[in-house]
Amino acid sequence: MLRDITLGQYYQTKSPIHELDPRVKLIATFAFIISLFLVNSYVGYVIALIYLALAIGLSRVPFSYITRGMKAVVMLLMITVLFNLFLTPGELLWSFGVLRITREGVVIASKMAIRLTMLIIGSSLMTLTTTPNQLTDGLESVLSPLKVIKVPVHEISMMMSIALRFIPILMEETDKIMKAQMARGADFESGNVFKRASNMVPLLVPLFISAFRRANDLAMAMEARCYRGGEGRTRMKPLVYSSKDYIAYLVIALFMFMIIAAGRLF
Amino acid sequence: MSISAEKKMSLKLDNVSYIYESGTNMERKALENINLEISKGEFIGIIGHTGSGKSTLVTLLNGLISPSGGSIYWDGQDINDKSFDRKMLRSKVGLVFQYPEHQLFEADVFSDVCFGPKNLGLSADEVKERAYRAIKDVHLDDKYLKQSPFELSGGQKRRVAIAGVLAMGPEILVLDEPCAGLDPKGRNEILDLLSSLHENEGITVVLVSHSMEDVADHADRIVVMDKGHIVYDEAPKRVFGHVHELEEMGLSVPEVTYIMNDLADEGFAVSRDVTTIDEAVAEIKRLVER
Repeated sequence: MLRDITLGQYYQTKSPIHELDPRVKLIATFAFIISLFLVNSYVGYVIALIYLALAIGLSRVPFSYITRGMKAVVMLLMITVLFNLFLTPGELLWSFGVLRITREGVVIASKMAIRLTMLIIGSSLMTLTTTPNQLTDGLESVLSPLKVIKVPVHEISMMMSIALRFIPILMEETDKIMKAQMARGADFESGNVFKRASNMVPLLVPLFISAFRRANDLAMAMEARCYRGGEGRTRMKPLVYSSKDYIAYLVIALFMFMIIAAGRLF
Repeated sequence: MSISAEKKMSLKLDNVSYIYESGTNMERKALENINLEISKGEFIGIIGHTGSGKSTLVTLLNGLISPSGGSIYWDGQDINDKSFDRKMLRSKVGLVFQYPEHQLFEADVFSDVCFGPKNLGLSADEVKERAYRAIKDVHLDDKYLKQSPFELSGGQKRRVAIAGVLAMGPEILVLDEPCAGLDPKGRNEILDLLSSLHENEGITVVLVSHSMEDVADHADRIVVMDKGHIVYDEAPKRVFGHVHELEEMGLSVPEVTYIMNDLADEGFAVSRDVTTIDEAVAEIKRLVER
């Protein structure tokens, strides 16, 4: 059950997408997200969908694996869609008591659903094809201009990569703790909201203790290896663009151009 | 009558398999075609190298995970049937995991031990009584009752964890690596505790370990696992006879068995299936006196 959460996880395989420079993937994802919010026509969505499908195909990550990660956010998606569906004023299509569905509501809700789904799939594709280490390096490099205005870029990217790295560890830990408590008759699945919340205590206490212990160990290990922040730190594998990366940039530029053109034309 | 009573309490695995991450490139078969029967009064050691599937096996035993194939029967009833009472099963098959840190959460030791029986829906008096008895059974001193479980030593934490499961009144006690991370003294104390539970309380014990030494003295049956399969399921002496096969699986036999095997290789007329120091002493004495 908990193992199904693939959000922010890396999927190990060999593919052209995996081999791209992390900076390219970050910028591509960023461009994709912006484009999703620029697009307002179905033609634009189709272009974005083709682009996304191409990227997924090239990445060799099984589609079922990507959608498995979606399960965790389905609730959020449903709530957003339902709110938009029922609360948008406009031309009435159907009503029952206080519930009203309008033509505008249907349009906005469906667009919202498409947008959010593609956004989540697009950004999880980035984390699925990039190791946390690469991601940190890429992020640090992309954000480095912000150092001029005293943004702690290195620290932010380090924190992010540690957080990502710890997701699977804490997931596994949660799974083990749940099993240990279920073996003692704990019930995490039934009862009302309050009962369920109080049933979480036997899970959360050991989990927090373990998270703090791990954080402490990690800090020790980093200090033992003389980690002192980003100042003057060099890399074993500096990021270098290759021809593949320039091609990828070209594809991104082309995509952005098509999206903007679609916005003008349709 | 006695046969049916004996038959009554048994846990039977019929052709069980388990696959992790099924349908992805990380798919791993943890268990394949496992057939195993655990009956009342046994002391079973399950041995295997890291990744042999032994931890997966124990979580199957009380229905925490469901097998990908095959069935598990408790008293002849399929535990994965919809109508099967899993809560009952979890109180009958007590499972103690490797790290006590994964289950201790209450402010003091006593309340923590009460957690299990409380979940069974027993009366407050009964819960307390069971908790006291369990704490006594694991030989934990009364002075620890009101202490925070997090302030205890590794061995004591493990006792509290075992007490927490014992308080549920299990018929089978399954322990996953109960000696990992303990010093020799702590390890012996836990092993002695298990054999006293087995002998005095009549609890069936299933001890999972990667160390032969842990199980050699106490178990009356040893199940050896390798790569998701059961390789041997025999009495300890017979299992330790397969010295070379065990070595190939990354397992070792007790030190004393090695010594006796070396002696036998050198041409001394000693038996190869010696597993404890006492037996070795007797064997060598017999040789010398002859």
